[in-house]
Amino acid sequence: MDFFPFSRKLSPSLGGARGGLSEQGYRAKNFLEIFSEATIICLVILFLASCSKDEPKEKETEAYVPVPLVLEIPSLFEKNILAPVIPINNPLTEEGVALGKKLFFDPILSVDNSISCADCHAPSNSFTDEDQFSDGVNGVLGNRNSMPLFNLAWNYDERFFWDGSALSLEEQVFHPVTDTEEMANTWSNAEAALEASPDYPDLFLKAFGETKIDSVKVAKAIAQFERTLISGNSKFDKYLAGEVELSPSEENGIAVFMDETRGDCFHCHGNPNNPLWTDNIFHNNGLDSTFTDLGLGAVTGDPADNGKFKSPSLRNLAFTAPYMHDGRFNTLEEVIDQYSEGLKPSATIDPLMKKVAQGGVRITEKDKADLKAFLLSLSDEEFVKN
Amino acid sequence: MKKNITLLFLVSIFLSACSDDDDSIGRTDAKARVGFNFTHQWGDDVVTKNDFNTVQYVNENGEQMSIERLRYLVSNITFKRFDGETITMGGYNLVDLTNGTDLSFVLRDSITVGKYSNVSFTFGFDNEDNQNGAYPDLNSVLWNVPEMLGGGYHYMQLEGKFMDSTDTETGYQYHAIRAVDRSGEELAFEDTFFTVDLGAVEIKGDANIAIKMDIAEWFKNPVKWNLNELHSMMMPNFEAQKMISQNGKSVFSLGEVATQ
Repeated sequence: MDFFPFSRKLSPSLGGARGGLSEQGYRAKNFLEIFSEATIICLVILFLASCSKDEPKEKETEAYVPVPLVLEIPSLFEKNILAPVIPINNPLTEEGVALGKKLFFDPILSVDNSISCADCHAPSNSFTDEDQFSDGVNGVLGNRNSMPLFNLAWNYDERFFWDGSALSLEEQVFHPVTDTEEMANTWSNAEAALEASPDYPDLFLKAFGETKIDSVKVAKAIAQFERTLISGNSKFDKYLAGEVELSPSEENGIAVFMDETRGDCFHCHGNPNNPLWTDNIFHNNGLDSTFTDLGLGAVTGDPADNGKFKSPSLRNLAFTAPYMHDGRFNTLEEVIDQYSEGLKPSATIDPLMKKVAQGGVRITEKDKADLKAFLLSLSDEEFVKN
Repeated sequence: MKKNITLLFLVSIFLSACSDDDDSIGRTDAKARVGFNFTHQWGDDVVTKNDFNTVQYVNENGEQMSIERLRYLVSNITFKRFDGETITMGGYNLVDLTNGTDLSFVLRDSITVGKYSNVSFTFGFDNEDNQNGAYPDLNSVLWNVPEMLGGGYHYMQLEGKFMDSTDTETGYQYHAIRAVDRSGEELAFEDTFFTVDLGAVEIKGDANIAIKMDIAEWFKNPVKWNLNELHSMMMPNFEAQKMISQNGKSVFSLGEVATQ
């Protein structure tokens, strides 16, 4: 890992979002570099192929090269944080994203053709649903709240789910199809259904160059689609861009949020220099003294991780109730009360939950109302309408 | 064959020039890639992330404590020659022992082989570099300091639990930032970044320089830290920030310089 001089880092226009030192930044940068190399190699191969005398084959090959798709990254993201993570083995393409979108909304992946991804991840709810626990096929309930889906390409550590059990977005997609509490299907079943359909073989051919359909390609396509779900146009984003003013209540709300002696939210949920509003890290935030769900601890096997769950983004809270990993709170008032007065001690509680001995940060009713107003200013109406 | 002998002869002259010990006149053009790596200890005990999350350390004040999170920023690596010339390599690195990332880095620019009277770095950012929101990689890991405290970036986050006077496991957050006094109408600052002088090193070729952090020193000298009195809300605490900075001066030392 290199140690860049400041001249390159001080200017975003020079260093850019990919000028950082972290491994993630390098990885993203390398992906881009390698991807472009791969593109050149592909072009050379195409060129060579075009010299071949076997003309019919040439046309067939050319017809199925998917068109690279460049993410439209909000300028606030581009300026302030590292580039998104796009895996080298699953670059975004127009055909791949379109296929992923179709699969996302199609119940064909479920065992009885009854539910699609979108049933628990509805666009109007910022790609989650309104239930505490979502219905799987046959009405079976899960034990975690469905997570909203946006800005997933900026999860630099690439640990997905509330408990971090999936180590890439592609891996995450694998899970719901076969989970008995979700789609309860088998991959061979799902693959057979897709291959038997009139549309999918051709769409897979266009996206991946082969009509053969398998779970890896399904996961890749859906992951591509999910990476295009970018939310970056809330009222607060517009405020940062100088387009709108905050109300006095929202202004006090961000001050409560950033004040270590009041809300003290920023160490985990971020600040105006980072548009993600999460650290994408796992914390025990003092919900319980004993755990029925070990969260990250069940994944790592380390008792020090018991009761830890991923900090969710604070974007789009207007559309994502109920809240917490188990959907225990129906309103933002309940969430704020939890941090203000409801904290419970346990061995793994995060040191950042500073006032656990007093039950929480104990902010005034006015500060609570203003904090809520600020939080709602992070909701992006445009995102849920598109 | 003749050519080869000539070449060997030239190379041997070149090599003997490199081994010249008198650096004030014996500069060579040979360059080396230099890396740094950070190791951590509590007194004599090595600390890695595997030692986290267990109350097993005793600080100078006799309080039992654990470590759950440790990350800190170093910047402005500088080499000083015996003739007084300084070579500033610039840059910064966020050491994150919690995740085991960026525990080492290699300077982008190579450096002339030879003896140096001192290698130094800045703990944290100096004020010129501590620009609010200027570094996307640091923003990405929420390393920022709230603007109401002057903005810019943290210098260190050291967190864990300690057994308080009622024998209750209590969280501490030993966060270092630029000291800010909020008592007046305007924010008043006092610098808390500091230069760490590691001392003389000889760069014989591509090398790795180990920098050791003794975590116990943060609680030891000159301020015998009392966690019962001061374990939380340290960012807005002007006096606490100054004490952290004072204690930091004896935390770092030079480890092994390994030529590769």
